[in-house]
Amino acid sequence: MAYVITAPCVADYSCLEICPVNCISPGPADEKFGSAEQLYINPKTCINCAACVEACPVLAIYEDDNLPKKYKHYAEINKEYFEQDGATAARV
Amino acid sequence: MYALEHLLEERSLDIQIDLYERLPVPWGLVRFGVAPDHPEKKLVADRLFNYFLGHRNVRFFGNVTVGKDVSHSELAEWYDGVIYSVGANSDIHMGVEGEDLKGSWAAREFVAWYNGHPDFSGLDFDLSCKRAVIVGNGNVALDVARILTMPIEDLKKTDTADYAIEALSNSNIEEVVILGRRGHLQGAYNNPELEELAHLEDVKVSVESDGFLPTGNDSDPAFSASSWEARRKVKMLEQLVQNSPADPRKHIVFKFLASPIELQGSDSVEQIVVGHNKLEADDQGNLKAKATDQRSSLETGLVLRAIGYRGNAFPGLPYDEQRGVIENIDGRVTDNSVPLKGTYVTGWIKRGPQGIIGSNKQCADVTVKCLIEDGKNGVLETANTLSADAVTSKLAERNIKTVSEQGWRKIDHFERSAGLAHQQPRRKLYDVNKMLDIATGEATA
Repeated sequence: MAYVITAPCVADYSCLEICPVNCISPGPADEKFGSAEQLYINPKTCINCAACVEACPVLAIYEDDNLPKKYKHYAEINKEYFEQDGATAARV
Repeated sequence: MYALEHLLEERSLDIQIDLYERLPVPWGLVRFGVAPDHPEKKLVADRLFNYFLGHRNVRFFGNVTVGKDVSHSELAEWYDGVIYSVGANSDIHMGVEGEDLKGSWAAREFVAWYNGHPDFSGLDFDLSCKRAVIVGNGNVALDVARILTMPIEDLKKTDTADYAIEALSNSNIEEVVILGRRGHLQGAYNNPELEELAHLEDVKVSVESDGFLPTGNDSDPAFSASSWEARRKVKMLEQLVQNSPADPRKHIVFKFLASPIELQGSDSVEQIVVGHNKLEADDQGNLKAKATDQRSSLETGLVLRAIGYRGNAFPGLPYDEQRGVIENIDGRVTDNSVPLKGTYVTGWIKRGPQGIIGSNKQCADVTVKCLIEDGKNGVLETANTLSADAVTSKLAERNIKTVSEQGWRKIDHFERSAGLAHQQPRRKLYDVNKMLDIATGEATA
């Protein structure tokens, strides 16, 4: 169970600012931020508080069970982001 | 707007902010750049920017041209600090013969046109040819390709300007070729933009690139050496090619390792000569595109260059010609590296035209931190700063028809109501005089 950031994400990072457990990456201090296509939620550390859902100005965040058909693959994409070499779940 | 956010967030100070905008309407590229089929991205205005604009410490002065109605030196006097976030209003040229032929445009102009920007609404795009060629393969290129190929029924439900919907309904364009200088592993588009092409009804996608296979590109060593995002893009290209519709209505062709050499035609463009590139590793082992002598030709009547926006010089401010930005260090405007007191920049006119909407939030954070620091260190010139009422008087003396926040809300309401009747989120106004009439309440709805 986790929340998932999908295609509309514009890297506004309001979600990251409100997340109580730092599970969203990359943050504005991360060197990857400038080239990031979107932000990602680490499904291993997300506690399902859903604070990010309303904080997101573009409504890009869904509960993984409730992903619309066209965004279903984003659950795997959010997970994969954190499985890359050198990826970190912590906000730098 | 992000600069507003960071200024308002500074709770140790009670900062009053006046927002000047040349057009009667705010939001910049969120209104005029983001593609009409990305309504969720435009929500950033309704769900976020809206609240900053409406904050009691903020005043909106629309329809005021800085550099004409009021000068930079006046603003520098009237206010403790001035932040410029005017964006990038020009573009990078291809630098090839025939670039100025009729039918050759900047994608920037096409985007502003279909998004109803008042300065571009009168442009005449000839969509009667069968093939359009886009030079460059970033997100703007893909936005344009989608708008040129999406079903008109879908276009009619967006906030695309009505004259553009009309023109696109009568378009003869069947094929859109997107030229990329580098290979299929170096596509500049982002993954979400690429995968959207799969949702375009009855649109076939093809890929022309050395070494690109319809499937199994993972066995290429260059593939494994690429970033996660780049590998996902190639897999998506494979999917797009494999899932092409049986009876396509339109065709999008990704032509990699291709550069424009010349545009040819009598008075308007009739064909584009394309040079083929090859990838070669440089001394550091990085793959670079190198030109070859190979040439081919594509018949086309519409060439849109999408190889980058570029910032213009701003009256009264030092310009960095090489980077196409207002000269600055971390957002503090400098003249030959000497800071100009109280003058700042943020966004594309500071960093260059790159990144997505949220990149500007981090950018503005850096700029505002510099401004606040300067304020606390007594660097800002506050001696002649005017009161809010004094500013209003100054502007009134000059007979400028400013648009207030209330005026913008009237325009906003008018557009949304007009949209309701057509199942569109809004029906955009694009005539400045009409906007002013609505804003000042002189028109009947």
